Amino acid sequence: MSHRPEHTGPAELYYNSVEARKYTQNGRIIEVQLTMTQRAVEILNLPADCPQLLLDIGCGSGLSGEYITEQGHHWVGLDISQAMLDVAREREVDGDLLLGDMGQGVPFRPGVFDGAISISAVQWLCNADTKQHNPVKRMYTLFSTLYSALRRGAKAVLQVYPENSEQMELLTFQATKVGFTGGLVIDFPHSSKAKKLYLCLFTGGAPVHMPVPL
Amino acid sequence: MKLITHNILQNNMKDGKKGYPLVLQATKIDKVIAEFNQEFLLRMLDRLEYHVLIHALEMIGMKDFLPIILPENCSEDEAFMKNLHHALLEIDIIEGELICPESGRKFPIKDGIPNMLLTDEEEMAVDSEPKSK
Ligand SMILES: [Zn+2]
Repeated sequence: MSHRPEHTGPAELYYNSVEARKYTQNGRIIEVQLTMTQRAVEILNLPADCPQLLLDIGCGSGLSGEYITEQGHHWVGLDISQAMLDVAREREVDGDLLLGDMGQGVPFRPGVFDGAISISAVQWLCNADTKQHNPVKRMYTLFSTLYSALRRGAKAVLQVYPENSEQMELLTFQATKVGFTGGLVIDFPHSSKAKKLYLCLFTGGAPVHMPVPL
Repeated sequence: MKLITHNILQNNMKDGKKGYPLVLQATKIDKVIAEFNQEFLLRMLDRLEYHVLIHALEMIGMKDFLPIILPENCSEDEAFMKNLHHALLEIDIIEGELICPESGRKFPIKDGIPNMLLTDEEEMAVDSEPKSK
């Protein structure tokens, strides 16, 4: 039996106003989200004391964004759930918010972001919720527009919950196809509870060292 | 939506040309207070389309506080940097719309949030050709 939210329907329906509230009131959800955000920003390895412009894909109610703000950076968040964005507005987050579907691409001109993060969002692309939605094409569209929107040498760190290794391979393959290098970092690989997957993507430029898993 | 975001937003739908810059129409504008950060502004200047910012200010009837041409040595001009900060980060477009200059497609802005969602048909027309770096 699967209790994965991706199976109950599209993200914009799942994260309705009731779910959106849960996400901002449940201490355990907040804690897990914050820990993953901290780790994603750590992997981004941004230059110290240098304010950056970051993109948060699937920003939800802005929990990750608040951490980015605390770190002295600016951010723009994209999310498909109006209810989650409403909560973010209510909480008066500092970043700008956009209602949009990552599978339709990120709507930015080339070379504007110093980095991107995404927490528990990109696995939604693995599910087709209408006949027109082709998961492979939507992944490709996200990655190609993200690659374009990032500055040369910038990174994207996407924490994902794939359902199986095939989904993970597909995501990695589509990212590589558009020009990203990098790969998967698996933290706590031997604990089914603590295990976390981060897809670490690099745009062209200097050779990079993959981060060491926890 | 602040004007820094307007400066980087584009419509990805393939319409022949690029969907940038988006025409901005505002019916409700708020002023907010953001912390001044010289270093951040300097970092944004190297990716800013300055003429797009000037045009955006013009479209919302606020063009007079920034020069039409980016001044030389602007980083040493304290008054200019303060005004640039205000233009990019302290004007919040609450209600209005963004219009694709190519297709005329309108993206409504409600409660400060632009709605960039495409229909399934429009999704098919998104330009996802990879660009080289
Ligand atoms: Zn399943």
